[in-house]
Amino acid sequence: MDTFLQQLVNGLTAGSVYAVVALGYTMVYGIIQLINFAHGEVVMIGAMVAFTVINLLVPTGLPPLAIVLIGAGCAVPVCMLVGYGMERLAYRPLRHAPRLAPLITAIGVSIILQHLALMIWSRNILAFPQIIPSRTYFIGGAAITTVQIAILAICLGLMASLAILVYRTPLGTAMRATAQNAQVAGLMGIDVNRIIAVTFIIGAGLGAVAGVLFGTYYGLAQYTMGSVLGLKAFSAAVLGGIGNIPGAMLGGVLLGLVEALGAGYIGDFTDLCQWGLPLQACEGGGHFILFGSNYQDVFAFIVLILVLVFRPQGLLGERVGDRA
Amino acid sequence: MRPYFDTRSKPWLIWVGFALIGFALAVLPFALTQIGTTWVRITNYAILYILLALGLNIVVGFAGLLDLGYIAFYAVGAYVYALLASPQFGLHLPFWVILPIGAAVAALFGAMLGAPTLKLRGDYLAIVTLGFGEIIRIFLNNLSRPVNITNGPQGITGIDPFSLPGFRFDTPLKFYYLLLAIVLVVIVINLRLQNSRIGRAWEAIREDEIAARAMGINTRNLKLLAFAMGASFGGLAGGMFSAIQAFISPESFILVESIMVVSMVVLGGMGNIWGVILGAVLLSFIPEILRWTVTPLQEALFGRMVIEPEVIRMLLFGLALVLVMLFRPAGLLPSAVRKRELEERPI
Repeated sequence: MDTFLQQLVNGLTAGSVYAVVALGYTMVYGIIQLINFAHGEVVMIGAMVAFTVINLLVPTGLPPLAIVLIGAGCAVPVCMLVGYGMERLAYRPLRHAPRLAPLITAIGVSIILQHLALMIWSRNILAFPQIIPSRTYFIGGAAITTVQIAILAICLGLMASLAILVYRTPLGTAMRATAQNAQVAGLMGIDVNRIIAVTFIIGAGLGAVAGVLFGTYYGLAQYTMGSVLGLKAFSAAVLGGIGNIPGAMLGGVLLGLVEALGAGYIGDFTDLCQWGLPLQACEGGGHFILFGSNYQDVFAFIVLILVLVFRPQGLLGERVGDRA
Repeated sequence: MRPYFDTRSKPWLIWVGFALIGFALAVLPFALTQIGTTWVRITNYAILYILLALGLNIVVGFAGLLDLGYIAFYAVGAYVYALLASPQFGLHLPFWVILPIGAAVAALFGAMLGAPTLKLRGDYLAIVTLGFGEIIRIFLNNLSRPVNITNGPQGITGIDPFSLPGFRFDTPLKFYYLLLAIVLVVIVINLRLQNSRIGRAWEAIREDEIAARAMGINTRNLKLLAFAMGASFGGLAGGMFSAIQAFISPESFILVESIMVVSMVVLGGMGNIWGVILGAVLLSFIPEILRWTVTPLQEALFGRMVIEPEVIRMLLFGLALVLVMLFRPAGLLPSAVRKRELEERPI
């Protein structure tokens, strides 16, 4: 039971970060049907910029919370700029090209960003300074740290504000109109190019915050962190129904839970001794674990494949037509 | 003016052309040895990349299914060879037994990947294949416990080279001729395949799947076949990679490698066999040339190495993908159909 509660807490925390990253994928997909392959790298750059700024500010003796906030405050505009830049240079010229073309440029952009980051921040795993004193609370046998609480709160706040932005403001209305039919939206006086750029910028800004949260939570950052994180967040977006904003939130949290619980229990579950097999290794209370928690990263992909096979529109998505 | 090399009026000239190319390919390693023996080795890897790119071209170029996890099949082939011809399990089967097994196992994996993804649209498919590639790599990394199969991140060492009774392919030069022979066979297979019933059916699926189905093409089986055939070439190349290296580890089969093969296909010209070969040759030699020029250049200019050649290589790859898509979407040597298709811009 303790493991269950603990993994629930961990899963919720990781899942809410996935959800925020997934929002970036889903918003862009919703509006121009492009899988922004490079979104994971934007998240990575967010983490890296924050890392640099935080390290610069630590000797100044500012209060830790202020340092982290300034770090995030620097990461967000940088990422927004990156997001806008790639939309403008790599995606906009290909908006009417066949689907595979922008996907391939997206891969290219992702490689470029990753290796620029390698040049700037080296290939080492960077230890994120843990400056915020973390306290641990116990709820029914599960430990939850202040950092985890903060991450949950920030992610919830971001999701709520995004929901308000998309569903309650003129800008959000314009975004939804563009997503439904860009041509008609243009006829209604909406500057479609501007709206698409804004979508990229918002997505990148969310990604930046997610990067900072991820870095603070796991305490490390590396130039390659974007690709796996991006893939997982993409899986989350697909799980919830890509293009659907509440879906991305739900998918992110669910994926985090699946991953945490899966990693927590797969070892016990695939322990052949537990199934009563007469193996040599089992004698004297030994274990014969087929798949341990080191397979954690596999879950996201398995979820992705299962969803695409059995419910390609995702949990909350509407049925989308085949290649039109 | 009559062209100097007019094969239409003198059909035998084409054989002269073949003979010239054959001669050039036969003496190439000796010319390369003059520069340095490593270049023969580099050429061998380039040929392996040609094999990989040709295999991926079946999936991406012919059938139009973007596969970002292609290196997984290369890994499968490599590991099959390594497990059946190394001290890992004490097995030492001859290569002509293992290579077909490796290709078949890879084809099986290809079908396994293809089956659940058949209904997916192109971009979804790309992501799923990417995830598949990662899954294979994670398994290779972790299948050392509880039973040691792959030896985990340490990889497998002491893999046998190819050998026939009384003859061992143990130098880069001997490998070169073997690889050359195999790649020529594969090129012929690909050329024949492209113009076959199957090849035309793939092209129809790529152009418009619904219309293809309406024409009576069994799209499900043909897409599976594309995956399986592409994968089998990957498996074949993997087996040879294993034997040349004598050592493999999951490190050789990371995502970047998949993307490199995709870049070769895209840069050269999806669907055009000669374009794909050009792409593979360019992208395998440019990094080596960079390695030999960039480091001394930087040391001369800045007194130390500022940017590693590896990083420049990857930046160039990324840039090449973006620029090719923006300015020459059909690749350097486009296939005629593909060119038409990529240049039309529906609103």
